[in-house]
Amino acid sequence: MRSIRLIARLDIKGPNLIKGIHLEGLRVIGAPNEYALRYYQQGADELIYMDIVASLYGRNSLGEIVQQAAQDVFVPITVGGGIRSVDDATRLLRCGADKVAVNTAAVANPGLISDIARRFGSQCMVLSIEAKQIAPDRWEAYTDNGRERTGLDVIEWVKRGVALGAGEILLTSVDKEGTRKGFDLPLLHAVTSEVGVPVIASGGMGHPEHLVEAVQQGQADAVAMADILHYGRATVGDIRASARKAGVDVRVYEPV
Amino acid sequence: MSRCDVVIIDYGMGNLLSVRRGLEHCGASVVVTTDPDEILSATRVVLPGVGAFADGMAELRRNGLDVAVRELAGKGTPLLGICLGMQMLLDESEEFGRTLGLGLIPGRVVPVPSVGIDGLRQKIPHIGWNGLVLPEGRKCWGNTLLHAVVPGEAAYFVHSFMASPTSREHSLANCLYGGQPVTAAIGRGNIVGCQFHPEKSGEVGLKILRAFCAS
Repeated sequence: MRSIRLIARLDIKGPNLIKGIHLEGLRVIGAPNEYALRYYQQGADELIYMDIVASLYGRNSLGEIVQQAAQDVFVPITVGGGIRSVDDATRLLRCGADKVAVNTAAVANPGLISDIARRFGSQCMVLSIEAKQIAPDRWEAYTDNGRERTGLDVIEWVKRGVALGAGEILLTSVDKEGTRKGFDLPLLHAVTSEVGVPVIASGGMGHPEHLVEAVQQGQADAVAMADILHYGRATVGDIRASARKAGVDVRVYEPV
Repeated sequence: MSRCDVVIIDYGMGNLLSVRRGLEHCGASVVVTTDPDEILSATRVVLPGVGAFADGMAELRRNGLDVAVRELAGKGTPLLGICLGMQMLLDESEEFGRTLGLGLIPGRVVPVPSVGIDGLRQKIPHIGWNGLVLPEGRKCWGNTLLHAVVPGEAAYFVHSFMASPTSREHSLANCLYGGQPVTAAIGRGNIVGCQFHPEKSGEVGLKILRAFCAS
């Protein structure tokens, strides 16, 4: 069967790897590519780079960072933040990205999802969704790192995004993000039961056990991890080993 | 590791940066070119590619690269096809109607099975890491580009169609998707094709690229 992917997520502001809580209160962690290389060597299945202030300032400075990472990292790389056009996507793919993640610009112009999918294939088009709970079993999609409401119901938006050509969903719970308290399992379950494309759970991973819950209860196809790795509370290898022990199918990987 | 020359064929299908970096990481000096003469004089050639089969073949033909690839394959130059580049090594594809391929390895390109052996629907495209296994009838990967790979080690796949070689002897490696065998690698003499992306498959992929550079 398909292995559950362990993804290291690197939130970037300017030249720095940063981490916040609820996508706010950002702290500088260090140089992004030192961490990227470390996670690659630990056996991360993929990397995600998110320029978390790009859409706020209408810019994208990630190209250089990704280009440098692609020199030494030989696993798939997803890049998001501030992608507003097919040209923006093209530029990042040329820098070595394999997929692009789009949130704000897709909300403003859903046709962008189709444009990117038609040009590069659905497998390349990741719809990034920042979800905040507004009522029991109801979530609203936010943009600009949990700052701006969209009025969109997360489940409806996911279904529409997939119909338009999104090949994967990066689902970040703003409520859980940076809390280390585990993923928003009802949110995950609600989304994975509605769509046939892979869903990446993001926000809240504080312990390897949280991954097991996301997969077994939330039906996640992949798990994005940041805080737990950045602060060295566990390595990708530790997480892989405990996932396997708990019966989660993960890639066979022996560090060199 | 000694340096080697690898030519990557650029026919406008997909990002070549990662393939180039992967080969360089393995000690190769790499040239990316659209020039048939440069391709014909190469020591080793990589045919990469992402996208639709018909578009890929049309682009190759438009630049006269199909003739160059057949000629270099015929004279024994090591040739590695990756993803779409692997599928084009075969006789023909069923993707969006019938399209002729390069005909270097007998066989066809067919859809990835969309139903698992349990009868459940599989997600298509097949995206992600999947373990490489020996196909029925093959005992080991000795003397192939996969000689350093341990069966079960995973590689990274992104595809909706797959190779179906006519002869079992040309089947190098499979993976299992929903319990169904999916062709992962094919080979015939100096010609090898990988459905997965060795340049995105971490150390396992690099082992294969290293073996190619030493071939």
